[in-house]
This record gives sequence, C-alpha cells and structure tokens, in this order.
Amino acid sequence: MIATPKPDLVTVNVDGKEIAVPKGTNVIEAARLVGVDVPYYCYHPKLSISGNCRMCLIEMGMPAVDPATKAPIMDPATGKQKINWIPRPQIGCATNASPGLHIRTNTPQIKDCREGVMEFLLVNHPLDCPICDQAGECKLQEQSTGYGRGYSRFIEHKNVKPKRTQLGPRVTLDDERCILCSRCIRFCKEVAKDDVLGFVDRGSYSTLTCYPGKALANNYSLNTVDICPVGALTSTDFRFKMRVWFLKQTNSIDTESSVGANTVVWSREGVIYRITPRQNDGVNDTWMPDSGRDLYKIVRANDRLAVIKVNGADASLDEAVNAAGRLLQSAAGAVAVIGSGRSSVEEQFLTRKLADALGTSTQLVSRVGQGDGLLISADRNPNVRGALVTGLIKDLPTAKLTSLGAAIDAGKVKAVVVVGEDLAAAGLSATQMAKVAIVYLGTHGNATSTAARVVIPTLTVFEKNGTFVNQQFRIQKFLKAVPGVAGAQDDLPVLARLVAAVGGPILPGELHTLWRTLAAEIAALAPISFATLPEAGLLLDGAPYAAGPFVETDSLHFNPAAKPAVTT
Amino acid sequence: MPAPQQRRIIFRHIDEPGYTNDLACYVRHGGYEMLKKAVAMAPAALIEEVKKSGLRGRGGAGFPCGVKWSLVDRKSGKPIYLVVNADESEPGTFKDRYIIHQDPHQLIEGIMISSFANNVKQAYIYIRGEMPHGARILEKAIAEARAANLVGPNILGTGYGCEIYVHRGAGAYICGEETGLIESLEGKRPYPRIKPPYFPAVLGLYQCPTIVNNVETLCHVKHIVEMGGDAYAKIGTPNNTGTRILCVSGHVQKPGYYEYEVGTITLGELLNEVCGGPLPGRKFKAVIPGGSSAKILRFGETFTLKNKDGSSRTLTVEDIPMDFDTLAACGTMGGSGGVIVMDDSVNMVEALANINAFYAHESCGQCTPCREGSLWMKKITTRMVHDHARTEDGALLKSVADQIAGRTICAFGEACSWPTQSFVAKFGDEFRAYPETKKAAKSAGTLELV
Repeated sequence: MIATPKPDLVTVNVDGKEIAVPKGTNVIEAARLVGVDVPYYCYHPKLSISGNCRMCLIEMGMPAVDPATKAPIMDPATGKQKINWIPRPQIGCATNASPGLHIRTNTPQIKDCREGVMEFLLVNHPLDCPICDQAGECKLQEQSTGYGRGYSRFIEHKNVKPKRTQLGPRVTLDDERCILCSRCIRFCKEVAKDDVLGFVDRGSYSTLTCYPGKALANNYSLNTVDICPVGALTSTDFRFKMRVWFLKQTNSIDTESSVGANTVVWSREGVIYRITPRQNDGVNDTWMPDSGRDLYKIVRANDRLAVIKVNGADASLDEAVNAAGRLLQSAAGAVAVIGSGRSSVEEQFLTRKLADALGTSTQLVSRVGQGDGLLISADRNPNVRGALVTGLIKDLPTAKLTSLGAAIDAGKVKAVVVVGEDLAAAGLSATQMAKVAIVYLGTHGNATSTAARVVIPTLTVFEKNGTFVNQQFRIQKFLKAVPGVAGAQDDLPVLARLVAAVGGPILPGELHTLWRTLAAEIAALAPISFATLPEAGLLLDGAPYAAGPFVETDSLHFNPAAKPAVTT
Repeated sequence: MPAPQQRRIIFRHIDEPGYTNDLACYVRHGGYEMLKKAVAMAPAALIEEVKKSGLRGRGGAGFPCGVKWSLVDRKSGKPIYLVVNADESEPGTFKDRYIIHQDPHQLIEGIMISSFANNVKQAYIYIRGEMPHGARILEKAIAEARAANLVGPNILGTGYGCEIYVHRGAGAYICGEETGLIESLEGKRPYPRIKPPYFPAVLGLYQCPTIVNNVETLCHVKHIVEMGGDAYAKIGTPNNTGTRILCVSGHVQKPGYYEYEVGTITLGELLNEVCGGPLPGRKFKAVIPGGSSAKILRFGETFTLKNKDGSSRTLTVEDIPMDFDTLAACGTMGGSGGVIVMDDSVNMVEALANINAFYAHESCGQCTPCREGSLWMKKITTRMVHDHARTEDGALLKSVADQIAGRTICAFGEACSWPTQSFVAKFGDEFRAYPETKKAAKSAGTLELV
C-alpha cells in the first residue's frame, strides 16, 4: 500500500533489503519487518533500552557525503552512493532508523560477535537444560542453537550462586541461570512502579536480588517470569509441573475486571497449568496481573457445580428446562431476571431474550473495587458494556439488589432467574430468597444455588467460546481451552431452551449461528462475526453510552477523561 | 646525549620543602592570580585559549580538552555541570593523588577557571574511595577558598558563583569511566551508559550537559591562562602539547613521578637515565607505558612508523618518545601516564595473572563480553599459575580477549582485553612454554607463591 514513504517514514537498508519504517524505529524492529532476525536478550519492546547483552550487535553504515559540499560521494563500482561502514559493531536495540541507514547482520564479524556473546553467556550458566523448567521456551537454548558454536572451550569451574531464592510469594529465582539482562529490574521500575529488584556484587559475580527487607510481591510480579529470557525467574505455582511443549495454547481474556487483558491459557489433556499474557498493544501490551493467572483454579474448585437439580433431586437437562419453564410461566408477570456482567455477550443476548419473553427487565450485580491504574479497573465485571450493547440493561448496575428485595417483600416478584450471580452476596436475605422460586444457572455453589428450585451447572470462561466488551468498548473473544467438567452444561443452548420453554422465540444455541442473529438484531455488531473477529478485538462505538456513569479511572491504554482517544 | 631536564609546571611545588597545602601558602606562591585574570576575560575567549593550547586529556584517552568543552550543549537551557574525575584508579598511576595532597588549591583554581569558562554553577570532585585523606584535604581547601570568596556564590565580587562539592566513591575502578562516574554520582550502581544517546556533553549528570575532566587536565587550564594558549602550545611537540606527569613504577632504580614536556623524552631516556636503569644484575624485559590497560611493549621489538613525508623510520622500544601519537602508532597508548616496568625476573604469565585478577574484580558486570570474559581470562591465568597450564591456553586467552574488545558498552572491554592480547602476542613463547617452566621450577624447588 505504501508506494512513496510518508513524511515520517525513513528508508533503511537491512542486508540489502530496503524498507520504509517510522523514524526512530530501532534496528531490531526494522529488521524484523524484512524478515531478518536480530537476536537479543535484554531488549524488550515495552521497556527502556539497556544495551547490556550485546547479542544484537550489527554493522552500521551511513551514506557518504563530502564534508565540504554535502554532496553524495558515489561508488564508481556500483554506481550507487558510497556507504561509510563503522568498523566497530553497534547494538541494534539502541540504533534508531535514520534516512539512509545501512545495516549488515550477515557478515563474518557479526557471526563472530554472536558466537562470542553466546559463549560468554554460557560459561557460567548451568548446562542442565534437561532438568530446567525453562527448557522449550528458553531464549538461551534457542539462540545457542541458532547462533552459538555448538561446543565448549570452558574448562574452569563455574560460578556458584544462590538457587531457589523466593523473591516473593509467587516468584522463585535461580541466580545461576540469570544472564543479568535486567529486564525484570526495568519492568519493576518502569511498569509495576515497584522498584524492589537490583543487582549486588560486581562482574560475573553480580547477583539479582530483592532489596533487603522487601519482597517482589506486587500484583504484576509474574510478568518478570514471562520476560525472563532464561530459567532464572520461574513461577512458584507452575515450575516443574509440566513441560511447556506438551501444553496447548488457547487465547482467552482476563475476567478480573473491565480491562480485558488478553491472555493465553496453557493446558494439556483437559487440565489447565498456567495463564500468561498475550500481547495486545491497545489493551495490555505484554502484561497481565498475577491475580488473573490464578483464575484457572476455579475450573476444578471443590464447590464447582456438576449435577442438575430440580427441587433438590438429580434431574436431566430436559426435566430441568421443563421444570423451569413451568415455574416461570406460572409466575408470569412476577418474574425477575438477574443477569451478569461476567456473562459473555452471547449469553447476555439470550438472557435479554429470556427477560423479553417473560415480559420483564434485567438487573446486573455491580462489582466495584479499587482500580490499580494499570490492568485492573474499578469495575470488576469484565462485560458490563456487553450488557449495554446487547440491550440486556439500560442503566448501569448499582451496588445492591435493594429494589429486588423490596419487590419480593411486596409480593410483586415470585420467581427469579439468576444467571451466574449470588443473590445473598448481592444483598438479599435468606428470608427474601425463601419467598421466591429461583432458577439458577451457574458454575459454582453458593447460597443462591442452595436455595434454588432449579439448578443448572454451566461452564467457566475456560470451557467455552464467547466475547466480552471491555472498558474501551473493545469486543474481544475468548476460546475454549478445556472441555467442560462432566455434568456442566453449555450456557448458550441452556439459555436458548429456556427462552423457548417460556414461550419465547426459537433461537440458536450454537455460537456461530447465534452470531448471525446478533449481527442482524444489534446494529453495533452488524459487521462482525465470531469467526472473523480479530485477535486484537474490535472497537465498538461507545458514544451512545457516553453518559455512563462508568466507575473506571485511568489504566494502561485507557483514559476515561480523554475519550475518545482510544484507538485500535 | 643526556636526558632532557624535567619541566615541572603542575608539580612545580610538589615535595618543595616548606610548601604546605593551605591557602596562605598557595597565595604566597602567586595562587589564584589566574582566577582573577580569568574572571576578567570573556568565557568564550577562555575556551578559545584552551582550544589553541591543544591540551589533551590526561585521564587516559587523550581527548582534546577544548573540543570536549565545545561539544557541550549550551542551548538546552539546562545547567551545565563540571565533574572532576579524581578516581585515579588505573594501576600504575599516582599523579592526581600528589596534586590533591600537596597542591589542592591548584586544582581548585583550575576548576574555578574552567567553571567560569563554561558557565558552570556546580562542580563535583569525584574522588576515589581509597583516598579518604585526599578528600579531607580537598574539603579543607574548598572551605578556605570559600571563606576567601574564591569558591561560592560571589567569586571575587564578580557576581559569578560556583560551588564545588567533594563526592567520595566507594572503591570501584569503573567509576573512572566518565558515564559510570556520573551514575555513581547520581547515587546508582556505576554502570556505564550506552553512547548514543547518553553522551555527557548532552545528557550527563542528572541528564544535563556535563564536562568530565581529569584532575591534571584541569590544573593545566590554570597554566594555559597564565601563558596563553599559543605559548602553551609551544611546549611539548605538535599535537602533543604541554607537560605531562609520568609515574614510573616497577623494576627501576628510581621509581617515582616525573614531569616532562610531552614527547621530549624517550622511553629509554626515562628508564635508563632518569630512573637509573634496571635493578643490579637485571635487564629490562617489558614495559607498560600508560597504565595497566595499555598494551605491553617488549624490549627488543622494533616499530616501523610512517613519517608525514611518506618515508618511514624504525624505532626500538627505547626510542619511543612519550607522547600520545607515537605510542598509539606503536600499538599502545600514553593512557594515564603510568609506566610499569618489568625486568627479566618476571614471568609474563604470572604478571598477566595479576592484571587479569584485577580486571575480573573490577568489571562492573553490566554487559556480557566484559563481565564473563574478564573472569574467564582470570580463571585461565589463575589455573595456569596453579599448576594446570596447558600449551594451548595462550591461544585461548587471545581468542577470549578478541571476543571482548570493541563489543562492550564502555572502554573497560578494551582495558581488560588489551593486556591479554598484547601479552600473548608478544610473549606467546612464554605462554606456550609455561607448563614446562612450571614443572621445572617445581622440581628445582624454586616455586614461588604467586
């Protein structure tokens, strides 16, 4: 598409290939664009430049000009402008694109530089990959294969440093494996704003450590594990649990808050082992909170619901749907629907259809906490905006379901459909709950499921497909990482059958088919289908809902005061 | 031909009986007259005089001082800092310490003139941690000067003000590297900064334009003001102007410090005539001419250098004039002026083991080649002197050093690899023979502790 370089683009030459890149792009990124790999350890696109690993050394040259006349000096052999090559190799990470910059990465000198750095990094590094937890996702392992010499000349004793240091509640450090790239130090200082890590001692005895009396305990500490290029920083929860190459990666979304950090769920044979962040430069860069990484534990929690119940007795799904249909129809005109800001867009759409069929409106339960200014917002529901877009609600949820309690006390509500929420936690008393017939769809047991007449266990976010709309009105999809636990029912078909059971329309319970209905009925979603929704999500128009009042404050890539500054 | 006489400019009063390091004595000897002269001049004119003088930095790199000053970013609106590098940590160098101990006011006058010339309002003396006495002397001298309005908010009633602070290091060689020094001055680990973008002249101390000069260099500024840039440039040899202090240590009869016009004395004259030649019954074997990081010279080797007119001349080690350019042309450097002499009692493997131990201990550990390479080289030479030498170790040492030089953030990479590279290149035979030498020494019972 770019025929002529835009004003802010400069043309650089990497190994003979010309490319136009924005001015200031560093050589590593520029080379990446033309498919040239410049290996590195300490460089990280989201952190400051440190330049300490020396792996990204490249040869650099600039077009020659006559110092007096500024006229280009031509090379008679090639007919092109002569290039003045700097004899000393330069680091690619700190070399920025300027007009006419020439880069060589495939010369004998650069090969020798890389072999040298690889050899140096390995002389004091344990060569015990078979018992190292990082094996399979270790930059040292990969690049020594790609750029190392493949043999050792080191016959001395290796340095001895602390093994298995607990840097904090979630991070374990093996100092012998540390290559001193300082990524973790820069992350803590620059992103987490918790400057607790640093080096002590000098030279090859330099040791990564935590400030005396402090711990690496901030809620972003596990990002240091993600960016550690070697097996030095490991997750205390995950280390030695599973070889990474056995794990299947599934894209998902962090459901902790309306930020919607993009994640990858790592699983094997139906068991989730860890959650890591997935890069989305419009949402979470390459980070996620530690708290979001623990969420997979809900899948196999002890209070997980797995049996359909009708009036306390085990039942089939048919029996449960029929029972619920009868119960709700008999209470016609006195039914309340409690939806959830944790349900997916698709579930919220079907919940709305259920409420429509019952001739009632829906309330959500609000969850508000303290925003951390980074990747956890004040709104702890991941999908309140989805409820607005699907028309499930018109007003933002309030703290407690006080009006519902009052309506129950006044005898105006006789039955309640609850999707994934706990009425007790939302402010209803046991007496109030006992006065109404409850149909409960949810993943885990609680006071509501105990009180419910009909209980249908459903799936967690890791066991199904769907979409959430985050605080930026960005619709993002999550995918099924593991099969649902035995007995749990897929939410969408259950909701679709309930709609039909109370006399509503026949709606598809299958996600992709349902999306056709969604696209047809909701203008904002018209151009979207689930299959083609991009990985990075799509921004919906939030203008119709600008009045809010939303509870979020500033977080990474989101500034509510500066709307609509958010871009894709 | 007898060796030329010393010309003591900086060291004029060093070791002079009755000369004390207090302000009264300094003023009695004409002190601070040049500061009075300087503050009556235009700052730009002072910079011009320093440029004309051709003064080159005495810290090690020999960078022209006037050029360094003219590179300073004066348009940023940020304050300009002057940092005095008194870290003097290069092994074999002991000149700045004598200036500080015996003539601190000469340094302070040089700092004040340089600060005035560059519109510096705050100057820092970063003094090596191992020199606590020097720091106390400087503090006292600054207090005296402040009381006499020679340092402080209103110097000599001109309205120009500049404060000097003494900052003690914590004992690290790397703090002599200017960006490492700046980091240390800011209270951080002295990790040298990457250049670009952090050139001190633009983004130095507290990200402000900063001039970092060696102690001896700043003292010369006073004398440039005294005699004028053109007259100063006539001292020494072209492009190697002024005098410089040579610190001779090692196997000579009279080690010590000697101040000569740059380039007027040859290495042979210095060692044989000035320093009294080798110890009795010994012969010179090798000399490191500019501090331990400079490449070693082997007595007996010759250098063929090109003259300006295209002809060439051949020099022996003894013929080399002690200036920046000829030493560089001979593959080594004038460096910090620390001349380390070794006679034929020295085994070069053991000498290198000593140097390597120093550099492995002093590598800051920031960037990979120097951090790992310096310790690896130390481990090799230590193993060699501890009875596990292999004939191929010399070649391995050279290869390791080659992987360091030119690939690091700061010049420490060169500093730690040049000794190894030059020792192995010039004494390769000794490295190859070392396993046998060691075995023979052991069986003869003459094995010495290293």
